[in-house]
Amino acid sequence: MRIELQKRPTPSALYAVLSPFIALGLTLIAGAIMFTILGKNPLDALYSFFIEPLTEVWSIHELTVKAAPLILIAVGLSVCYRSNNWNIGAEGQFIVGGILGSLVPILLPGFQNWLTLPLMLVLGMAGGAAWGAIPAFLKTRFNTNEILVSLMLVYTAQLFLDWLARGVLRDPNGNNFPGSIRFPSAAQLPEIMPSQGSAHYGILLAIIAAVIIWFMLRFTLNGFQVRVLGANPRAGRFAGFSQTRMTFFAFLLSGGLAGLAGIAEVSGAIGQLRETISPGYGFTAIIVAFLGRLSPLGAIAAGFMLALTYLGGEAAQMTLGVSDKVGRVFQGLLLFFVLGCDTLINYQVRLVLRKAAPAAGGQG
Amino acid sequence: MDIAQNILLTIMTAATPLLIAAIGELVVERSGVLNLGVEGMMVIGAVCGFAATILSGSPWIGMLAAIAAGAVASLLFGVLTLSLAANQVATGLSLTLLGLGLSGMIGESFVGSAGIKLASLDIPVLSDIPLIGRLVFGQDPIFYISLILTGGVAWFLFRTRAGLTLRAIGDNHASAHALGINVLKIRYLAVMFGGACAGLAGAHLSLVYTPQWVENMTAGRGWIALALVVFASWRPWRVLGGAYLFGAVSIGQLHAQALGFGIPSQFLSALPYVATIVVLVIISRDRRLTLMNTPASLGQPFVPDR
Repeated sequence: MRIELQKRPTPSALYAVLSPFIALGLTLIAGAIMFTILGKNPLDALYSFFIEPLTEVWSIHELTVKAAPLILIAVGLSVCYRSNNWNIGAEGQFIVGGILGSLVPILLPGFQNWLTLPLMLVLGMAGGAAWGAIPAFLKTRFNTNEILVSLMLVYTAQLFLDWLARGVLRDPNGNNFPGSIRFPSAAQLPEIMPSQGSAHYGILLAIIAAVIIWFMLRFTLNGFQVRVLGANPRAGRFAGFSQTRMTFFAFLLSGGLAGLAGIAEVSGAIGQLRETISPGYGFTAIIVAFLGRLSPLGAIAAGFMLALTYLGGEAAQMTLGVSDKVGRVFQGLLLFFVLGCDTLINYQVRLVLRKAAPAAGGQG
Repeated sequence: MDIAQNILLTIMTAATPLLIAAIGELVVERSGVLNLGVEGMMVIGAVCGFAATILSGSPWIGMLAAIAAGAVASLLFGVLTLSLAANQVATGLSLTLLGLGLSGMIGESFVGSAGIKLASLDIPVLSDIPLIGRLVFGQDPIFYISLILTGGVAWFLFRTRAGLTLRAIGDNHASAHALGINVLKIRYLAVMFGGACAGLAGAHLSLVYTPQWVENMTAGRGWIALALVVFASWRPWRVLGGAYLFGAVSIGQLHAQALGFGIPSQFLSALPYVATIVVLVIISRDRRLTLMNTPASLGQPFVPDR
C-alpha cells in the first residue's frame, strides 16, 4: 500500500478552510482510541476533557488565562514561520521577558504608580526581543542554524531563571523558599471581572496584538515582504527585499511578543517571579501557530483550542484519574494531524492498494 | 592513575547516547531528510526500554523494545514527511512534542521504580590491565555497539554502492529519481534507521547511564545530537570526536559542580548548551564550506511525478 500525491493546479480553497477541522476530528478519534486502551469510556472521557471545562464560569476564565500567552506567542511565530525563519525558542524568550519585566517591582518596590505596569510590559517585550535577537544575529552574521540556537537558549534561560529565583531575586523574608516577593497591586495586570474568575487583561493584549499583526501582514509593505520572502526567497531578493532585515524583524517581533506573554503571565496569573513560570507555553504555541494556519486571527481560535487541552488534562486527571500528561499527548497528536491534513490543500491524495503496473515505469 | 581511567570512562558513558543518536540522524540527513524529532524518539526509547526491562526482567529485551519503539516513532514522521510531503521542520517538532507527552504518560507508573542496569562487560584479567583495561574491555554493551555503528556507517556511506545511492538522493533527489532510484523507499529506510538509533540512545540513558525513569530525562540530548551532525559536517568519525568533546564538557561541569568553585550550579549546567551554540557558530562561519558539506536536498520534500 502506498500514498500517491497529485499536485493541484491551484491550492484548494475548500481544504484550506476544512483541514484544521478534519485534523481536530482525527485527533478526537485518536483520543477516543487512546482512552479506550486506558480502560476508560471514550465518550465520557472526551466529554470531561473537552466539554466539561466549558460548562463553568470560573473555568472559562481559566481558559482565557491559558489562551492569552498561547495566542500572543503564536501570533509572532506565525509571522516568523511565514517568512521562513524557524524560531522554536519562544519558551526561552517568554522566560527572559518575564524576568526583565519583573525587575521593576522586585528591585524598585517603592515605584508604584500608573507607570509601573506599562514599564514592566515594555521591559518584558524588550527582554524577549533581545533573547530572540541572538539567534537572528548568529544566523545572519555567522550562518548559524537558528533552530538549534534558539532551542539551546531555552535551556539556558530556564537555568538562568532558576538561579535568579533561588538566588539574587529571592524574597529575603520567604523562609528560603524559591521565588521573589509578591508583586504589589500596581505591578499586577488586573483581573477583568475579579468577582467571577481569574481572567486578566492579558487576553485583551493578545487579541489586540493578533489584530494589529493581521493588519500588518495584510495591508502593509512589511507584511507583503514577509509573505514574498517566505514563499519565494529568490523572488524576494530580486524585488530588493533584504533577507537579513526580515530575519531580524521576524525574531524581534516573535521574541518581543513571547516576552510580553511572559511578563503578562508573571504579573497577571502568577503575581511573583518563580523558578518556573511556564508549563511549556512556548512550545505549545508552535502547535497553535500551525493549527491557526499561520494566520494571526487563526491563532486566536487555535489558542483557545489548545488552552482547552491544558484545562482538559487537569479535569481528566481529577474526574477520570488519568494522567494529566494526556493533554500533552493530545497537543502532539493535533499538530501531527494538522500537518498531515495540510497536504490536502496542495495535493490530491490517493491511496494505492496494489503496486502500480510495471508499464507505468519510473517506480522500479 | 585509576582516577584518569574513571574520568575517561564517565566521559565515554556520557558521550555514547549522543554518538548513537547523532550517527542515526547523520544517515537520515545524508538521505536529504531533516528529522528534528530526535529528542522525542530518544525519550520514547528511554521510557519503552525501561518499561520493557521492568516487565520482562531483562534489560536486553528492554534494549530491543527501545530500538523498536524509536523506529515506530520515526515511521510516523516518515508517513507525514515522505508520503504526505509535509513540512519536515514542523513535523519533526511535533514528533518531539508528542514523544515528550507520550513518554510522560507511559512512564508515570514507572517513576521511582528501581531499574535494572545493562551489565558491563567484565573479562577477567583483561579488564584488570592498568590504565586501559576497563576502557577497552570493561564497558557497557551499548558502548561497543556505538563504535560498531560509527564504523559501519562510515563504511556504508563511503565504501558501498548503496551508500553512494543514499548520498546521491540527499544531494539531488530529482536526478536520483530520474535514474530510476526509489527515493522515498530509501528515505523511509534511512528515517527508520535514525529512529532505531535514537531509541537505542534513549535505552542507554535509562538502562546504563542512570538506570531509572525520570520525566524528560533526555534533557535536550536529542537536540545536542542534531547539533553534533552539523558540527561534524555530516561525517561519521567527526561525530565520534564531537560526541566525546561534549561528553567531556558535561562531565567536566559535573565535577566542577562537586568541587564548587563558587560558581552557581545553574551556570555550570548551562555549559553544554552554551558550548553547543559556540561550536555551531565556529563551524558555520564559513558559508562556502557549510554549503559544500550540507546535503543539498536537506529538508526539501520530494513528490515523485509519474
